[in-house]
Amino acid sequence: MPTPSESDGVVVLHAENLTKSFGGIRAVDHLNLTLARSELRCLIGPNGAGKSTLFGLLSGLHRPDTGRILFKGEDITNLQPFQRVRKGLCQKFQTTRIYRSLTVAQNLLIAGGTHTSNRKKNEKLSWALSTLGLDSEHEVSAGKLSHSHQQWLEICLALATEPDLLLLDEPTAGMTPEETALTAQFVVNLNRQALTVLVVEHDMAFVRYIAQSVTVLHYGRIFTEGSLDEIESNQEVRRIYLGES
Amino acid sequence: MEREDKRWWQVLNGPQELGRGRVFWCLFTFAALGLLAYPFVGSVFALSNFANFCLYVPMGLGLALLWGYSGVLSFGQSAFFAIAGYVYGIISGNLLDMPGGTLLAAAGAIAASAAIAAAFGYFVFYGQVSGWIIPLLLLVLSLILETFMAQTAGYQWRVGSVLLGGYNGMTNIPSLQIGSSIFGGASIGFYYLVVSAMLITYLGLRLLVNSHYGHVVTGIRDDVERTRMLGYNVNLMQIQVFVVAAALAGLSGVLYVSWGNYINPSSMGLLPATLPVIWTAVGGRSSLLAVLLSTVTLRWLADSLAVKGGEYAFLIMGILLLVTMLFFPAGIVVTLARHWLQRKPERRDLKKNRAP
Repeated sequence: MPTPSESDGVVVLHAENLTKSFGGIRAVDHLNLTLARSELRCLIGPNGAGKSTLFGLLSGLHRPDTGRILFKGEDITNLQPFQRVRKGLCQKFQTTRIYRSLTVAQNLLIAGGTHTSNRKKNEKLSWALSTLGLDSEHEVSAGKLSHSHQQWLEICLALATEPDLLLLDEPTAGMTPEETALTAQFVVNLNRQALTVLVVEHDMAFVRYIAQSVTVLHYGRIFTEGSLDEIESNQEVRRIYLGES
Repeated sequence: MEREDKRWWQVLNGPQELGRGRVFWCLFTFAALGLLAYPFVGSVFALSNFANFCLYVPMGLGLALLWGYSGVLSFGQSAFFAIAGYVYGIISGNLLDMPGGTLLAAAGAIAASAAIAAAFGYFVFYGQVSGWIIPLLLLVLSLILETFMAQTAGYQWRVGSVLLGGYNGMTNIPSLQIGSSIFGGASIGFYYLVVSAMLITYLGLRLLVNSHYGHVVTGIRDDVERTRMLGYNVNLMQIQVFVVAAALAGLSGVLYVSWGNYINPSSMGLLPATLPVIWTAVGGRSSLLAVLLSTVTLRWLADSLAVKGGEYAFLIMGILLLVTMLFFPAGIVVTLARHWLQRKPERRDLKKNRAP
C-alpha cells in the first residue's frame, strides 16, 4: 500500500500495522487506520475491542510494539505525548480530567500554553465556550461544574491547544439525552470548522447523529468501515456489537 | 480563551495566593515598614535572633513551591541547605584575600545546590519515580551526606586551606562581605540582608505562582497526565521547580553560615530534614504567606522552648505537626484565613440588611 503523504493534502493521520500487547493479551492487532483532513469518524466496538488502547497509541500514552504513526506526513511514533500535542494532536480522556481545584478561567489559562499562537484569537475556542455556555462560568471552580459542563470544559481545554486532530474518548458518558444531543450537534459544528475529529462512543444515538463514517473495532482489528447505514445493515456487526442474533 | 497580557502587579495580586486586594497590600506594606524600622528599637541581640529565624524563610518558601504548588514532598531541603553552607565555607575560606570572594562563594554555593538538585531531579523525574518514594530518596540523600561529612575529621579532609572538620563541622567561615561592609550575624546590615532576602523571595515566588508558568505547575500537581496532554514537558518543569526550591534552600544555607560562621553535619540530620516539612505543613503548604509566617513563628517557638526545656522543643514540634495533620490538613494559617474570608461576605450582607 503506498504511504499517504502530506503533499496530497488529504490525509491527516495514517496509522500503519499498529500492534500493542499487554501481557499475553493483544489489545491492538496489526491495525491500519487513515483519517482524511476535516473528517469526522466514529470508532465503535464492544468492550475490550481496543478502542482506548488505540487512542493511547495515537496520543503517545502507549508505545506500539510494531507499526508506525504518521501525522500530517510526519512520523510521530517515537514522540512523547506533549510533543504530539504541540504538533496538533490532542485528546479528551474517557474519564473527565480537568483541574477541579482551579476555576474555569485558570483551567483555560493552563491549556492555552506557550506553544500555541496565543497572540491570535482562538476563534474555535471562543465559539465553543459561548456555544456550551461556559463563558459565563469563568470564575466557577471547575470541580463545582455540572457533569456535562465538566466534559465540555475538557473538550475546550483540548481546543485551547489549537489541534488539527481531536481525539474524543466517550465525550457523552453520563450525560442526559438532551445533553448528548447538544454535544453531538456541537461536535458536528466543530468538525465543520475544518477540524478532524475521531470519536470513541458507545451511545448509538450520538453515533447516528454525528457520523459521516464509522469504523468497527473487534479484537484489536478493524472489523469493517463504512457509512452508518452500511454498518447498521451489516449482520456481522449487529451480532458482535449491537447484540442481535 | 486568549491569554490576557496582565501587568506585573496584576499577576502579583493573582488568585494562587491567599492575601489579595487593597487591604492586604496595605497591611503588607505596614508589616514591611515595621520590619525595616525594627533596628531602631530592637537590641543587637534581638535583631540577630530575629534574623536567624527569618533566614530559614527562603528554604520554607521553596518547599511550599515544591510541595504545595507542584505536589512533590521533600525531606531533603536540609541537604541543599547544608551543601550550600559547606560549599560557601570552602570557597570563601580559600578566597579570603580576594575582593568579592564571599559573593563569589555565595553564588557558587547556591549553584552547587541547584546543580546537585538538577542531577538528582533528572533521574527521579525522568525515571518516573512514584510520588511517595521521592521524599524518602531525598531523606536518604540528606542522611548519607550527614554520615559522609561526619567522617571528614582530620587534616587529610581539606579543600585548599579549608578543613571539612568531621562531626565538629567547619568553623571560622567568613561572613558575607560587600565592599567594606561585613554582614556578620550580629550586624544591622545582616538583619536588613535577611529581611530583604525574605521579602524578595516571597514577592518573587508570588509572581511565579500567579504567572502562566505557575498555573501550569499547579496543573501538574492536580493532574500530571492532563498537563502532559496539553503539550507541556512535565518532567522538565518538575526538575525546574525542584532546582528553584533547592537554590532557595541553598540561599538559606549561605545566610546561615554567614550568620553563625560555622556549619556541621547535624544540619543534615533527621530533625533538620523534618523541620521544613513541619513549618510548611503547619502554616499551610498552599500559601506562601502562611509558610512565611509559620517558619518565623515556629523558629521562634523552637528557640524559646529550647532555652527552657532542651529536647522538649522537638517533642512539641512533633505534636504540633500531628495536631495539624489531624485537625487542619490544609494548615493552621490557611484554614483560619479561609474561614475569615468566607465570613467576610456574610458580615457585609448583615451590614447591608441593617441599613435603613
